[in-house]
Amino acid sequence: MGFELTQEYILGHMNYWLFSVLMMTGLYIVVAKGNLVKKIVGLNIFQTSVFMLYISTGKITGGTAPIFPLDMEVDPNVIYSNPLPHVLILTAIVVGISTTALGLALIVRIQEEFNTIEEDEILEIERAIVLAENAIHGDSMGGRA
Amino acid sequence: MLILTAIAVVRMHSLFAVAMLSGVFSLLSALLFVTLDAVDVAFTEAAVGAGISTVLVLGTLALTSRFEKPTKRSPIIPLFVVFVTGAALIYGTLDMPNFGSPDAPAQTHVGPDYLERSVEEIDIPNVVTAILASYRGYDTLGETAVVFTAGIGVLLLISGFSRRRRRDDDDDEESEET
Amino acid sequence: MRHHLILRVITKILVGAIMLFAFYVQFHGDFSPGGGFQAGVIMAVAFILYGIVFSLDSVKRVFPPWLVHKLVALGVLLYAATGVLSMFLGYSFLDYDAFVPSHPSSGQHYGILAVELGVGITVTAVMVAIYYAFAGRPPRLSDEEW
Repeated sequence: MGFELTQEYILGHMNYWLFSVLMMTGLYIVVAKGNLVKKIVGLNIFQTSVFMLYISTGKITGGTAPIFPLDMEVDPNVIYSNPLPHVLILTAIVVGISTTALGLALIVRIQEEFNTIEEDEILEIERAIVLAENAIHGDSMGGRA
Repeated sequence: MLILTAIAVVRMHSLFAVAMLSGVFSLLSALLFVTLDAVDVAFTEAAVGAGISTVLVLGTLALTSRFEKPTKRSPIIPLFVVFVTGAALIYGTLDMPNFGSPDAPAQTHVGPDYLERSVEEIDIPNVVTAILASYRGYDTLGETAVVFTAGIGVLLLISGFSRRRRRDDDDDEESEET
Repeated sequence: MRHHLILRVITKILVGAIMLFAFYVQFHGDFSPGGGFQAGVIMAVAFILYGIVFSLDSVKRVFPPWLVHKLVALGVLLYAATGVLSMFLGYSFLDYDAFVPSHPSSGQHYGILAVELGVGITVTAVMVAIYYAFAGRPPRLSDEEW
């Protein structure tokens, strides 16, 4: 490996590692939990921690928010943090809320059709439907659904 | 604090508490964005995450159930997947530049160029709005279209139009039978 | 919600202040953190708060659903029309220098103002429409069982 484990290195990379831990918590909620609403909340946690990781790459030590003073007298000695990641993450936040809204609407419809929002029960109901259809139409389809 | 909130979301069974915790998570992340000098992003995250998202999840809870049933699956495989992915991510960040270094590649090409050019060309103090609306205005048009599409999608799914039409069809069938 | 007097009085006071704040954020997006998205969300929150504390029917009387659906499309149309207008004036799509050719930064100001207004209108209408859709369905549990 081409790096030394100095204190400066650890402090300089601690933010990436902390946000990776947050990301993995969100991913765990999406993968492991069966309730659909909780999966959507876990997805939100995942998205927000990705945003944090991205914005932290745009921060400059000693910089300030990328907003000029009101009379546009820009002092060339002032360091501004990079505004480009902020723009991209603004778009990403709005896209994230759109996806969440659509996902929650789908969950409401699923509740209406299956009367449950637990993933295990939905799989059971779907399996029962497939078996019932197989029993009815099995001969015409060669014995397999 | 953020990690504690996220772990609490993992363990809680009451979905109402999960909705409230997700709002708390969004507010804490908005605070974090302010310390990272991203004030526009903090504003949007606080408004969208702690406002609209909480309202939508609570609205969904009113139409579905309030509690999560404990799952019978074992958590071994998801934990394994999560650890492998996390290790890969951390391995990927090993040679990234230090946090806040001014000569990272992200800070050297387009960012400072926008900061310098927007003084003469656009002449407004908020550089993020200048980039969002003018330099990258095409992306913002796409994003507005995404919001539009999400609104139409939700309206198509659950605004109750089709149920009214189905009820009219049932009434027509009943009147035909009698 | 008829017996929650404090909520109703405070909401009546707050809704006006929230709308004013939404307008402030929209038009000061050039000078301080803000812009179309944040203003749209805050304005939608004013209507949603009114709809939660008072009934959904009363907020639908103030902001009827047909108007919401039209505003959803109007914002995107405003944004695209700004771009097409600059195309008709001889410049490329979404080039705001077309509006005041002698002084390009003024043209940029006009363009950014129009575009952020379009974004704010669409975001407000979409959030209010989504709330109407979710709250318009009959709930499974009554208020007392919560």
